[in-house]
Amino acid sequence: MTVIVGPKTKPPEAIKDASMARQKQMVNAHYDRLASAKERGEKVAATFVPGNLNELLMCFDMVNNLPEVNAIQNGLRRQSGGYVMEAEKLGHSEDVCTYVKSDIGMMAKGNIGPNGKPLPDPDVLLLSYTGCFTFMKWFELLRRQYKCETIMFQTPYLADGRITTDMISYMVKQLRQDVIPKLERISGVKFDIDRLREYLRKSAKAEDDHVWVLQSAKHKPSPIDAYFGGIYYIGPIFGAFRGTDDAIEYYKFLRAEVEQRIAQGKGPVTPDGNMGQERYRLVVEGPPNYTNFRQFWKMFYDEGAVVVASSYTKVGGTYDYGFRHDPDRPLESLAEYCLNVYTNRNLPMRVDMLENYINEYQADGLLINSIKSCNSFSAGQLLMMREVEKRTGKPAAFIETDLVDPRYFSAANVKNRLESYFQMIEQKRAGFRGAA
Amino acid sequence: MLDRPHHTTADIIARCEALFSDLSFTAAREWKAAEPGRIVVGFLPYYAPRELVHAAGGLPLGIFGGGDQLEVIHGDAYYQSYICRIPRSTIELGVSGRLDFVDGMMFPSICDVIRNLSGMWKLMFPSKGARYIDLPHNFDDDLGGEFYVSELRETCEWLSSLTGKPITSDAIRASIAVFNDNRRLVRALYQLRADEPWNVPSSELYLLLRAGMVIPVEEHNQMLTNYLAAVRLQQRPIKDNSRVVICGMFCEQPPLNLIKSIELSGCYIVDDDFILVTRWENSDVALDGDPLRNLARADLHDSKSTPPKYEPDEAKKGLYLVDSVRKNRAEGVIFAMTSFCDPGLLERPMLQAVLKSHGIPQIAFKYAENSGQMQPIREQAGTFADSIKLWSGA
Repeated sequence: MTVIVGPKTKPPEAIKDASMARQKQMVNAHYDRLASAKERGEKVAATFVPGNLNELLMCFDMVNNLPEVNAIQNGLRRQSGGYVMEAEKLGHSEDVCTYVKSDIGMMAKGNIGPNGKPLPDPDVLLLSYTGCFTFMKWFELLRRQYKCETIMFQTPYLADGRITTDMISYMVKQLRQDVIPKLERISGVKFDIDRLREYLRKSAKAEDDHVWVLQSAKHKPSPIDAYFGGIYYIGPIFGAFRGTDDAIEYYKFLRAEVEQRIAQGKGPVTPDGNMGQERYRLVVEGPPNYTNFRQFWKMFYDEGAVVVASSYTKVGGTYDYGFRHDPDRPLESLAEYCLNVYTNRNLPMRVDMLENYINEYQADGLLINSIKSCNSFSAGQLLMMREVEKRTGKPAAFIETDLVDPRYFSAANVKNRLESYFQMIEQKRAGFRGAA
Repeated sequence: MLDRPHHTTADIIARCEALFSDLSFTAAREWKAAEPGRIVVGFLPYYAPRELVHAAGGLPLGIFGGGDQLEVIHGDAYYQSYICRIPRSTIELGVSGRLDFVDGMMFPSICDVIRNLSGMWKLMFPSKGARYIDLPHNFDDDLGGEFYVSELRETCEWLSSLTGKPITSDAIRASIAVFNDNRRLVRALYQLRADEPWNVPSSELYLLLRAGMVIPVEEHNQMLTNYLAAVRLQQRPIKDNSRVVICGMFCEQPPLNLIKSIELSGCYIVDDDFILVTRWENSDVALDGDPLRNLARADLHDSKSTPPKYEPDEAKKGLYLVDSVRKNRAEGVIFAMTSFCDPGLLERPMLQAVLKSHGIPQIAFKYAENSGQMQPIREQAGTFADSIKLWSGA
């Protein structure tokens, strides 16, 4: 049988608000800076988003390269699938983190960054080990390739749901006796704690506006989507911009944009323009899928579903419970920041957080996007789902995708599950109305 | 009937097998019931400071999953298909009441799955204690050492909260001494197997170690002493097997048949990473001075290198496996990794590269604790053994 296939049409250009365009410029400029770092004699540090010590690295005039962000960018540009398979050809297991494999595959293919220019080899791998075991092995793998120094900075796990003085002491001592002296030696720049204080002061300013933006989702209708849109809102503060004037300006600009949306009674901006009527308010647990990001998001906004809070926007730091980088306690503050990242919190804390979000943001329920290759997030999510359902009485649903491996995104399955879930919310509402 | 003395290897192994198969943990239950005030503290594989439980007057109980004997019904409802099996069967043991006599559980920092299981335990069994053992990845005494001492101190406080009694330094020293005996006996067993693998089948060695997870250490010391004495009195036939090191079984356990299958395929296993807690420290832990510091120092400077542990020195990465091959005169390495195991599977390419650079033959496969199909593994291991004989040194 002959199947006639029509010409493939490109999806229309995604509509972006001004803050997104601004962020894109910032990211592109950063990749350009990375690409030309060696020419300008700048040293490059690779590190992770959770436990990202950007302010500290800036004290040593280092450019921050984040392999996770590279994997995400490659996922969004649909390049990660090939990289993942390249890594598997090299002997990496199909079972492990696809960020790692995307990164290894990208290296094998010449380490071309998302801007089309080669990424520089790092001068140091700052192994900020925060809430994800894979980080440790990832940088051991990179260390073999780059033959550069690796600095382990261990963050104790909040197994008992609290930060202890011993934890802080361990981390501050690591910074003082190990991390900082090594960064001084590698960079050739003497550490100046006042410089760090100044960066932390700037971080705190940006963090205030960042939190305000995330909490704006308490409005009805929510002016933002705190998951799909949230990916953009966390970009600068979770990446290479925290502690900079650029970040302060970006979040001020973003806040003004959101304030305007609230004043106009508008919902979030989506790639297809302003979202229509808000029908479902959701809390989402787990990272998004990046290879089919726009298609995935569309499944939500087409149904009038907006995400009002998400755990993923806390993966690079939890600010909405009051933490701010503190210039008066610079090293302790860096330690507290690392200790507070979402996946470094034990499961009871994570459940409490999701329960609070459902209540505070008046959400209709919880959706878990379980990521195949991310045990740090995924192990335990089915129990979390039951606990949150039990405590809030709100329906929960579970879908499965992956970070940057397109083989694990089944659009039909995800769509079916979401449609069933929205029906479940409707039934729950009808039942509630009937009982009233 | 589990308590009568045994002095032949067959009798000792029969008792070990009975203990291994008993997923109701009768021996541990009986031990606890024998005296009021006794506590039983479970721990997941890899490592736990058993000395502290012992010093608290408790029995450290190894919870090593359900193997291929336990039908996992409830546990599967808590995990996605792409997560390893040991947490499911551990949940199954808990939900089915098999651990109802256990007062608390210790979860070592081996990976994100077991780490998150510690939180699940808190949510699912709030009346039972759950303690996460956060191992240091910084090996400086003043940094990782001090941190680990504080972790051990907190563990002592947690155990005291279960017993209502403080743990004294003298009690910890005495416990370290008993476990030093145990480690010495286990090292002797490993040495004997490396010297005479035909006389110490790895399936027997494995069962001996597993038995030590569910009975008091003093009893296990006697069992090992008896086995070592008995095994020296016998001479089993020597086969033309290849000598191999097994790597990857540090957490989720292989089915006993898998170990037997590797042996039946023509391999003598001369080193492995089974049940590392029995020989976590390479030599005796010091007895003089602060016992917590001694435990911390042993962990930092004298403990096993394994996939879940950070290696700060790239030049040393994977050499523990090369050293094991040389020391035990092995001819190749079998990577037997658990499906979906982050530490094992992320480490494997690095270890393979190191072995390759040293010209050491290797094969790799994956397993789960309930793997039932042994024929493919037997064929793979058999082919490997044959290829070593045919081509090694050629």
